[in-house]
Amino acid sequence: MSAENTTPTAAAEGLSGYIQHHLTHNTGMVLGGTFHWDSWLVSLGLGALFCLWFAISARRATSGVPGKGQAAVEMVIEFVDNQVKDVFHGDRRFLAPLALTIFMWVLFMNTMDLLPLDIASGLVTLFGGHEAAHHTFFRMVPTADLNTTVAMSLSIFLLTLFYSVKAKGFGGFGKELLTSPFHSDGTAGKIAMVIPNVILNLVEYLSKPVSLSMRLFGNMYAGELVFMLIAGLLASWITFPFGVVAGLAWGIFHILIIVLQAFIFMVLSVVYIAMAHEHH
Amino acid sequence: MDMHQFIALIQANTAVGIGLMIGLGALGACIGIGIMGSKFLEAAARQPELVPMLQGRMFLLVGLIDASFIIGLAMALFFAFANPLLSRFG
Repeated sequence: MSAENTTPTAAAEGLSGYIQHHLTHNTGMVLGGTFHWDSWLVSLGLGALFCLWFAISARRATSGVPGKGQAAVEMVIEFVDNQVKDVFHGDRRFLAPLALTIFMWVLFMNTMDLLPLDIASGLVTLFGGHEAAHHTFFRMVPTADLNTTVAMSLSIFLLTLFYSVKAKGFGGFGKELLTSPFHSDGTAGKIAMVIPNVILNLVEYLSKPVSLSMRLFGNMYAGELVFMLIAGLLASWITFPFGVVAGLAWGIFHILIIVLQAFIFMVLSVVYIAMAHEHH
Repeated sequence: MDMHQFIALIQANTAVGIGLMIGLGALGACIGIGIMGSKFLEAAARQPELVPMLQGRMFLLVGLIDASFIIGLAMALFFAFANPLLSRFG
């Protein structure tokens, strides 16, 4: 957490300024582009936490009576494996661990939304004083950053392309791209249908990563913003009780959204990769 | 027109837009989830043994239906608090 800000913002006051402060990323210049240190640090740390947790419980796993930790890990793995089994009929040795990683990682990153909003700035205030906290930006929820979600969905997109080519070969994949939604029997009909087929396939292929990333980003961003609005209620004593009630209600509802969005991201990734395996 | 009128015009139109974004989005999402929920209850009453299978799919679809509304909500809140059209004026 560096105390330097590279984006000087106008000193807006009040709730609007508070929200704008909380929506500013901790950025740095890397190779001529803006780089979001906060999203990168938090997501990497949470991924490492997930790997460490599951690796340790895999090492300690016994065939006897499992402890609570092992039972929890086994439940998660079995749940994900069953979901993958429902959608994809084939060799699951790559897809099931991928789905598990996506699910747990997105779940961890979404759960950062439930931490208190001001915990980062509170820590900076504790160690560096108010002035440092005013110039330090830190957004804790990596999935409320469009860059993270787009990166994840693009990885899924590249995997679907890879598996399409792997399952059908370059020729089969290209043939499907040119002849797939509209079929025709004659050669002239096939040639006439090439352009609409390619356009439709392009739209289909491109809409998947866009909708996948926007869905997760939109949910987390809206959740974060609603928490910020509720935090605005806590500023005066008159609205404080309403703020507490609203925060509690939204927090409880948000637990559902957090798990649901992680689940949907996982299921849709698996569905897309399973679709890539299918022949038309 | 001077600057204040320009800014007021943009703010007024943005406010109407925010209302439409949230209101129409909520309308659509609620109708969709309502239809799906009623069908789910019908199916559950008809064949209670299918409930565990249907429940998971229902929640998946709730998330899918809700997502577009939530994306619209996020955009609307973004326009409410950091209006990019207004910041052009500096």
